[in-house]
Amino acid sequence: MMKSIADKLERQLPRLVLAPTVLAIMVFVYGFILWTAWVSFTNSTLLPKYEFQGFFQYVKLFGNDRWWVACQNLAIFGSLFIFICIALGLLLAILLDQRIRCEGAIRAVYLYPMALSFIVTGTAWKWMLNPSLGLERLMHQFGFTGFTFDWLVNSEMSIYTVVIAGVWQSTGFVMAMFLAGLRGIDDAIIQAAQVDGAGLPRIYRCIIIPSLRPVFFSSIIILSHIAIKSFDLVVALTSGGPGYSSDLPATFMYAFAFNRNRLGFGAASAMVMFGAVMGIIVPYLYSELRGKKHA
Amino acid sequence: MKPGFIRLVAIFSMLFAMFVSASFGGEVEVLHWWTSGGEAKSVGVLKQLLEAEGHTWKDFAVAGGGGDTAMTVLRSRAVSGNPPTAAQVKGPQIQQWGDEGVLANLDDVAKKGDWDRLLPAVVSDVMKYKGHYVAVPVNVHRINWMWCNPDVFRKAGATIPTTWEQFSVAAEKIKKAGFIPVAFGGQAWQEATVFETIVLGIGGAAFFRKALIEADSAALNSEVMVKCLTIFKNIKQYTDKDAPGRDWNLATAMVIQGKAAMQFMGDWAKGEFTAAGKAPGVDFIAAPAPETSGAFLFNIDSFIMFNVKNKDAQAAQKSMARLIMEPKFQEVFNVNKGSIPVRLGMSRAAFDDAALRAFDEFASAAASGALLPSMAHEMAVFPAIRGAIFDVVTNFYNSDMPPEEAAKKLAQDVKDAM
Repeated sequence: MMKSIADKLERQLPRLVLAPTVLAIMVFVYGFILWTAWVSFTNSTLLPKYEFQGFFQYVKLFGNDRWWVACQNLAIFGSLFIFICIALGLLLAILLDQRIRCEGAIRAVYLYPMALSFIVTGTAWKWMLNPSLGLERLMHQFGFTGFTFDWLVNSEMSIYTVVIAGVWQSTGFVMAMFLAGLRGIDDAIIQAAQVDGAGLPRIYRCIIIPSLRPVFFSSIIILSHIAIKSFDLVVALTSGGPGYSSDLPATFMYAFAFNRNRLGFGAASAMVMFGAVMGIIVPYLYSELRGKKHA
Repeated sequence: MKPGFIRLVAIFSMLFAMFVSASFGGEVEVLHWWTSGGEAKSVGVLKQLLEAEGHTWKDFAVAGGGGDTAMTVLRSRAVSGNPPTAAQVKGPQIQQWGDEGVLANLDDVAKKGDWDRLLPAVVSDVMKYKGHYVAVPVNVHRINWMWCNPDVFRKAGATIPTTWEQFSVAAEKIKKAGFIPVAFGGQAWQEATVFETIVLGIGGAAFFRKALIEADSAALNSEVMVKCLTIFKNIKQYTDKDAPGRDWNLATAMVIQGKAAMQFMGDWAKGEFTAAGKAPGVDFIAAPAPETSGAFLFNIDSFIMFNVKNKDAQAAQKSMARLIMEPKFQEVFNVNKGSIPVRLGMSRAAFDDAALRAFDEFASAAASGALLPSMAHEMAVFPAIRGAIFDVVTNFYNSDMPPEEAAKKLAQDVKDAM
């Protein structure tokens, strides 16, 4: 009798332990997604109101120039950030994998930016990229007076400074993931290829990089969510400026919902962001995970 | 000491504390973001005055972001049905809180204190919701100032401009002499501050009222507005290229150090000059911005009072409202903060010359109808409209949009934001 109760308990224990977190996530994540969706259909300004008013916030949103600037910036930032991080990270990992001396120390150097928060990264790069404080001044002091690098204060180029700072921060992390992947590849395959007479470039192109597919998958997922939610980096680096030329959807949403008392409008922009994330990530996750099961 | 004795002491002190709070007065919980040096000291004065009347002060300071963070906190408290006693809220946002039906009526305090007579009508209108006082004004800042370094002007052979035409002439000379004519901070609110000063100068009080207070489409998309925008954009060539994102006090420092000739900024810039040991009239000159000498763009901080149920807390709230408007607090607070008292007819002894001049101009502008709420500082329009104006102005200033298009967009975006 006692034993059967203990058995039952043991079988139920994982569920019991998980229940509070599941409940919390249901309420605080999915519940509030639904709540935001509802608010986006209302005319909420200072405080939320709950009368359904239709899609007019979305209509206004898509007529707003600043919103399109923010979306365009996210596209530029997201694609460049993900692409450069992966390319640089892979390159660094391959170079580090050549059994060089002091590998541990070098790895730590590249990984170190990960230890900083985006606020710190943003502030440090703000000083480095500022024409009268940082790089440009340094070059002028070295005698290259014709040197200009004013992306930070140039409305056309400011979003690219966010890419620079973001890449600096995240490349080391991607490198570490690729390095782990490289170490996991069976040496026997590579030796077999060498016996068959394949050169090093061919080995990388045809064997090593394809077998890193799961690492590419995780890096893209991790980097794309960093890109979409990046808020603090922009706030610290450019505060969305000059003008609103380096605004991202996340900073846009915050400005409208909280600084301008347009809760409904902000909620609408949050829902569009949410939809976009779902539209990109869900099919990708689905295809990748399903592929794995069959393999 | 025996544990029993300690427990006894604890119980008695608790009882005593309960007795004290019950017999003397209520508690006010005050949400504000005056956390920096002089500001915190100014708030401390109010706390002392309240405590002298036997009430308790529960400080609810939320630092940072010029109040954005505080507003987010306030909103969540209000939604959960537990607002503080008073909160630092200003301008048209008072009306929005009034719409939510959560504010207390202060009419009896106002009547006893004769607020209607002490406050200019433009100011008391902001403090009232549907004709009833719901907020208490604390201080007045003047926006339309131009801070000049006379030394730089002398070296460049330029004179301090009183019109925008003279401004171009002077700025050209200063630029040729190797100085930066205008110390500029490229943040949206600073750009809007300069912009509204120009609108006031070029368009005059009546136009300012139509365009930036009533947000009238025809005024926003008009010849006058195009002219204002052109003059605004014209300033850009007289600023340095590091201006984007610069904080206002760093721009003031450029004027103090003699790197730049002038800055358009409200009277809080004075604090930077005095902190640097500069003497007014000698090391720096505060002049009204070009073509705005008789006008007064104001920024008034105020506290809104929420409906509280507890009787003692209500009494404490009323005392707080009364004390804020009394001469004693108005004097100490404003001397500390560098602003001027909101009530007319105060004793002038404690204030410096610049403040006294602002006193007189406040009174005379109130009489002539040129006392106007600032758009950039959340006094004139709802945050949504202010944000729309900010977006167009900052985008116009930082891109090569023609002024005609900007005026058109101004009218359009403001309409969309309503």
